[in-house]
Amino acid sequence: MTATAAEAGRKPASMAQALNRALRDAMADDPAVHVMGEDVAELGGVFRITDGLAKEFGEERCGDTPLAEAGILGTAVGMAMYGLRPVVEMQFDAFAYPGFEQLISHVARMRNRTRGAMPLPLTIRVPYGGGIGGVEHHSDSSEAYYLATPGLQVVTPATVADAYGLLRAAIASDDPVVFLEPKRLYWSRADWSPDAPEQVAELGRAEIRRRGRSATLITYGPSLPVCLEAAEAATAEGWDLEVLDLRSLVPFDDETVCASVRRTGRAVVVHESSGFGGPGGEIAARVTERCFHHLEAPVLRVAGFDIPYPPPMLERHHLPGVDRILDTVGRLQWESDWTEGSGD
Amino acid sequence: MTVLEQRASRRSGSYWPAPPPAWRPRVDPAPLLPDAEPYRLLGTDAAGRIDAGLLTDLYAELVRGRRYNAQATALTRQGRLAVYPSSTGQEACQVAAARVLKEQDWLFPSYRDTLAAVARGLDPVQALTLLRGDWHTGYDPHEHRIAPLCTPLATQLPHAVGLAHAARLKGDDVVALALVGDGGTSEGDFHEALNFAAVWQAPVVFLVQNNGFAISVPLAKQSAAPSLAHKAVGYGMPGRLVDGNDAPALHEVLGEAVERARRGGGPTLVEALTYRIEAHTNADDATRYRTEAEVEEWREHDPIALVERELTERGLLTDDFVQRTRDGAEEMAAALRDHMNQDPALDPMDLFAHVYAEQTAQLREQETQLRAELEAEAADAGKDEEKAAKGDTAGGTARGAAGEERP
Ligand SMILES: Cc1ncc(C[n+]2csc(CCOP(=O)(O)OP(=O)(O)O)c2C)c(N)n1
Repeated sequence: MTATAAEAGRKPASMAQALNRALRDAMADDPAVHVMGEDVAELGGVFRITDGLAKEFGEERCGDTPLAEAGILGTAVGMAMYGLRPVVEMQFDAFAYPGFEQLISHVARMRNRTRGAMPLPLTIRVPYGGGIGGVEHHSDSSEAYYLATPGLQVVTPATVADAYGLLRAAIASDDPVVFLEPKRLYWSRADWSPDAPEQVAELGRAEIRRRGRSATLITYGPSLPVCLEAAEAATAEGWDLEVLDLRSLVPFDDETVCASVRRTGRAVVVHESSGFGGPGGEIAARVTERCFHHLEAPVLRVAGFDIPYPPPMLERHHLPGVDRILDTVGRLQWESDWTEGSGD
Repeated sequence: MTVLEQRASRRSGSYWPAPPPAWRPRVDPAPLLPDAEPYRLLGTDAAGRIDAGLLTDLYAELVRGRRYNAQATALTRQGRLAVYPSSTGQEACQVAAARVLKEQDWLFPSYRDTLAAVARGLDPVQALTLLRGDWHTGYDPHEHRIAPLCTPLATQLPHAVGLAHAARLKGDDVVALALVGDGGTSEGDFHEALNFAAVWQAPVVFLVQNNGFAISVPLAKQSAAPSLAHKAVGYGMPGRLVDGNDAPALHEVLGEAVERARRGGGPTLVEALTYRIEAHTNADDATRYRTEAEVEEWREHDPIALVERELTERGLLTDDFVQRTRDGAEEMAAALRDHMNQDPALDPMDLFAHVYAEQTAQLREQETQLRAELEAEAADAGKDEEKAAKGDTAGGTARGAAGEERP
């Protein structure tokens, strides 16, 4: 082993550790960064994302708040007004809802209503999504609510490196960012070194995770590994799938998405949240508007069912899995279906 | 311990084992409780100790405030303001709130509190930007230390707590004063803000202007608490009840609360008992939910009349002083009228300028679209003018050539 023990110790192995490291580095770099939320101090958060921060920076910089989401977001607004850069933790996706009033009426609008005089640099971390066997209110995918709100940026990492890079970028942004953490991937591991170049990512840029020629799977967050698996499996059926990780829903990277779809001519949007009124509809519409003449088939969606998030014993039926993705990819042979008269 | 054992121990006088110390109330609630009667100075024996300079100042500001309310209400009739929630009758609260703050302190007003912002020194035209419909906030909050006028009820209260907390973390001498109505105290944000403020011991003062109604709903249907000031006790902060039409009393109570916060003494909840003389807004019909007799009773207890009486008794209400005060108020009203009668210059491109620090590609596209639409409109208007000049009154259609240039 050539690397020093210290270096090896610094190397994050999981997404949770990369997020923790991002918070620590951001706090060390800028005294204005304050972490706050329920159980974030002594406990380090229920997912341990804030582990050790209170000890290192003091409870003034990483503090437990009373148990009140509107209060957490509302006071964070006031703190941001005074020049701090609060990073708040919502304990679980469905427990962020009491804070929506503050989020939508104030966090998202303060820059706009003051014509730029009062920007709010505020990061709202929300563990989201299912697949962890959580009971009710612990598995929602709420991204559609956030991305329907102008003024918010909506970001979600799918890889360990992005967990670090995008969180640093979110905290550095002068506008509020809803930072959706795919809790199912908290313990996913990767060989990632914080010393690698391009640590701080750019918000609003999609990444192609797998090159392919026959169709593009457009996805983000917890569905990325599923899509990559589906793409591998699809090779057996002669499909060479491109997999595109959006990383940021707002701003939306039309350029990368459309360049990919124009190359492949086919697209499937994959996400966990419900399909009706979900992000997939918006993405499909954008792609269709911009790439119509390049499309060989309609843009299809693989999404969660249009149901309240199911109990954990049934969630595997709800979550888009490899088979459902492959079935949908099969339906992209629109032209041959059409000429055979089977249609859809 | 089994249930049986617990029952047994009851006979010996302790049904439950004593709770560990952390469970016990931290403070004796008695000093936090408000008095049963609202605190008053005017008309009491203590009135003599009110400083004469303060009295005359308050009088002048109240008169100016009354004139401002009247002028703004008149502007709604002329269609110059989209809506105006008048603070007529509540001027003492507005003026006192602004006056107890130092320059570095912050005011967190709601839609009814434009007068407080004006009393703090904000240009009346800027204060009315929201209500005029010309953008949402007409001033730089940092410049005046006045947060944007807040429309969703009570949501400005946690902002005040957060700002005060942040200021204290930075070691700055800053107090935040937040205004809220009686109806707003029923909102969850009121509770969360008070709780955060007390736990953090944030330098913040909450002033509830209890004017009797939330639009049409009277206080009795809003809360069953003995007073709204009583709500403070449960959070662990002092509650003070004060006559909201007695400007010097308000000035004293709020001043003490602000100074206590400044000294690190934590938050205070002040309830001011006042009355909304006008309807909720110019669009509201107050006769549906209250009687003229009730309004008349409150007119008897008018904040200006109360100060006037004291000034008269002391021989301070000279003709000259009254005249100067009225002239000053008229001047302010005339300037406000003049400015409001000019159409504001609005740039539609501003719609996209302040959504994000860095414009998204999507917003750039939409900006381009709107610009093309505006150019088409301008071209059409130009053609119409030309035709009109030639005596052709038929006019053109809205769709112009620029529309076809769009990709
Ligand atoms: C969250 C929210 N709900 C409803 C309204 C609509 N609304 C505007 S004013 C008002 C009554 C408020 O009464 P109060 O808090 O007593 O203040 P006042 O108008 O008497 O100053 C209501 C219900 C609002 N602005 N915000």
